[in-house]
Amino acid sequence: MIRQLTSSERQNALVIALAVAIVGIAMAAVGRSDVLGVHGVIVMLFGGIVAYLVMSTFYDPEPTEDRAASYYDDPIKAGIILSMAWAVFGMFMGVWVAAQLAWPDLAFDAGWSTFGRLRPTHTSGVIFGFGGNALIATSFHVVQRTSRARLAGQISPWFVLLGFNLFCLLAVSGYLMGVTQSKEYAEAEWYADLWLVIVWVTYFILYIATIARRKEPHIYVANWYFMAFILVVAILHIVNNLAIPVSWGSVKSYTIWPGVQDAMVQWWYGHNAVAFFLTAGFLGMLYYYLPVRAQRPIFSYRLSILSFWGITFFYMWAGSHHLHYTALPHWVQTLGMTFSVMLLVPSWASAGNALLTLNGAWHRVRDDATLRFMMAAAVFYGLSTFEGSFMAIRPVNSLSHYTDWTVGHVHAGALGWVALITFGSLYTLVPSLWRRERMYSAALVEIHFWLAIVGTLIYVFAMWNSGIIQGLMWRTYTEEGALAYSFIDSLVAMYPYYIARAFGGLLFLIGTVVGCYNMWMTVRSVPMAARTADVPVTAAVVPGE
Amino acid sequence: MAEVERDPVTGRETTGHEWNGIKELDTPVPRGVLIFLIITHLWAFAYWFFMPSWPLGETYTKGLLGADQRTTVEARLVEGQEERAPWMARLETEPYDAIVADEALMKTVRGTGQQLFGDNCAACHGRDGKGRAFYPDLTDDDWLWGGGPELIEQTMRVGINTRHPESRIAQMPAFGRDEMLDREQVRNVAAYVYSLTNPEYSTAENLERIEAGREVFATTCAACHGENAAGSSEVGAPNLTDAYWVYGGTMDSIIASVHGGRQGHMPTWDERLSNVEIRTLSLYVHDLGARQP
Repeated sequence: MIRQLTSSERQNALVIALAVAIVGIAMAAVGRSDVLGVHGVIVMLFGGIVAYLVMSTFYDPEPTEDRAASYYDDPIKAGIILSMAWAVFGMFMGVWVAAQLAWPDLAFDAGWSTFGRLRPTHTSGVIFGFGGNALIATSFHVVQRTSRARLAGQISPWFVLLGFNLFCLLAVSGYLMGVTQSKEYAEAEWYADLWLVIVWVTYFILYIATIARRKEPHIYVANWYFMAFILVVAILHIVNNLAIPVSWGSVKSYTIWPGVQDAMVQWWYGHNAVAFFLTAGFLGMLYYYLPVRAQRPIFSYRLSILSFWGITFFYMWAGSHHLHYTALPHWVQTLGMTFSVMLLVPSWASAGNALLTLNGAWHRVRDDATLRFMMAAAVFYGLSTFEGSFMAIRPVNSLSHYTDWTVGHVHAGALGWVALITFGSLYTLVPSLWRRERMYSAALVEIHFWLAIVGTLIYVFAMWNSGIIQGLMWRTYTEEGALAYSFIDSLVAMYPYYIARAFGGLLFLIGTVVGCYNMWMTVRSVPMAARTADVPVTAAVVPGE
Repeated sequence: MAEVERDPVTGRETTGHEWNGIKELDTPVPRGVLIFLIITHLWAFAYWFFMPSWPLGETYTKGLLGADQRTTVEARLVEGQEERAPWMARLETEPYDAIVADEALMKTVRGTGQQLFGDNCAACHGRDGKGRAFYPDLTDDDWLWGGGPELIEQTMRVGINTRHPESRIAQMPAFGRDEMLDREQVRNVAAYVYSLTNPEYSTAENLERIEAGREVFATTCAACHGENAAGSSEVGAPNLTDAYWVYGGTMDSIIASVHGGRQGHMPTWDERLSNVEIRTLSLYVHDLGARQP
């Protein structure tokens, strides 16, 4: 882990790890009569373990070669492993909560295992744990390769990766103990949020500094998206989580946003988390690994520009479509709805650009499941962005809102787009990063592909059906003008779909486990590839040369 | 830096940039994309023109249609009320006998009542009203506090063992735990009660216990449950001679009831449901039983 650090850098790393541990001790002391104390212990142990890892090889020989002449890949490898570990955890939690909806007894009568506590462990586990680690890892890889430069820091990449995982750990363990801000996708409490601000600003500075070192005259599209992702997520996170803690020794805080403004800020955050975390970041992945795997040039640079600025501009306005027919003023709803519709074309331009890039490589799509993962991801991206704009239209939303249709839409995006593009990218990245000839088993990639596709389709179709049935049942009146169904009638109607959904999710989880095994075996037993010139350019290139 | 090349597949030129092997084509934005982009924008502009949309400091553009979600929903509520008014007025004011006799109106009661029951009562009594352990079956003709719409309405309004000033109060004391009866007496009286609905239990060897239990019953239980154990809806004491048991009719359950007592709870619906809703539900619940063969 610290083989590539000089002794002064090792000292700095140790100081940071010990500082984290000391903060943990302080939290444990101040919050000893609160859940905060438990989190203090977790922070202390985390800092202590990192300090131990640094110290255990502290006096090993320092690196002798010129580090700028090679890419910094160790944190990327760790990021991939963490990402896949979180994927298994988060998807397992998803299958569990899905099963609880069909069979409520699976909560086993304990507080920590109730639906309300497990559900955010699923969402944070997959979005931040799986998605976030995958984004950090691939962004570190892409920015180095497309800038022809090593990362602009030696400790900071590790700080970003491990710091982010400490945040995820605090968030998920907190949910199980009942700690939550009750803001969807922003459940983690104030101290974890403050820590993430430090980590994320470091990430941003590291990324910008690396771009500044680039030996290419132009910044590649993937980096536009990664930069948008890092910058906007920082803004969203800070604004939505402005809160005042009850005391320094308490986990509980209260948001500074009052009433409907709180709802608006939350969904401005929530929708742009979809836009900049789950879309922009993963488009960054797509723009690098898809053309690499397809061995084709990007279809249109001009279309890239149109979709990038369209997506970054229009998404910012769309959040209020989560609050149609609420206390939010009508005019804000109109704006959210119309901007959501205008967003459709830039979104489709991205999906189209990806699919048209495959012209001349469709035989590879047929033969190579890794590339097919990315192709399917682009298709699901197009489908779910269309669905999203459609559901943002008020009359449509009056049927779809609060139903399983929303859940189905999210999973068409999360499983079909985010997870598939990630798997496609990781199957491309793992052999190249560990310098292996290929993945351990192409057949297992193929199996994973079909498990993921079938799982997603079962899931999404079940939720479309159940969502539309729910929505219709809630608004059906008898001839006399009374409601035709009670809420519990609609739950009974959902039962078969909830079973189907849990089954679809289970297939997806099994696919992920197969993927983990395949990656593990690739690193363990596939022969080394012949050495290729995968190194930064060290001599300066004059821009425009 | 790479040179501008021509891609053999599409015939397009590249932009002349290259990043670790990735190139881009300089393909113009397809005309269809631009047209579609213009259409969505025109639609949005038109929508802003007609609907409330842009903020102007203290106010906002109201739009040509003058639409406002508050007035829309208020109008819809009034419409809905007018639609329901004819039968709601009848349900609220006419005597129960007259409503029960009107088959058309009872059809409305069944439709509306099913939804009201599902949203308010089903959590305890089950969707079909058949109850479950500790929650009485409402579809049979065995009533703790009396059947018929009037008595059901009263039970709904005041609840059972609630803080409502007129609440129905029923408490089965904890005879065993509070040492009003000793262990043997508890067993005996339970055996007697059990034998009432399980004639096969009255064998010669159990007879002595049953007889001892009968005496305990007469001095301790009959005050509420009656000499013949048929219960009394005046005080909410269940009939112990029929097949229906709220808290279970096995020997163990009966012993548990006598030992630890029972205090059921039914919430008061006086403030939570409207007058017409309570009356509809009373009729619906009454009808559940009446419809049973």
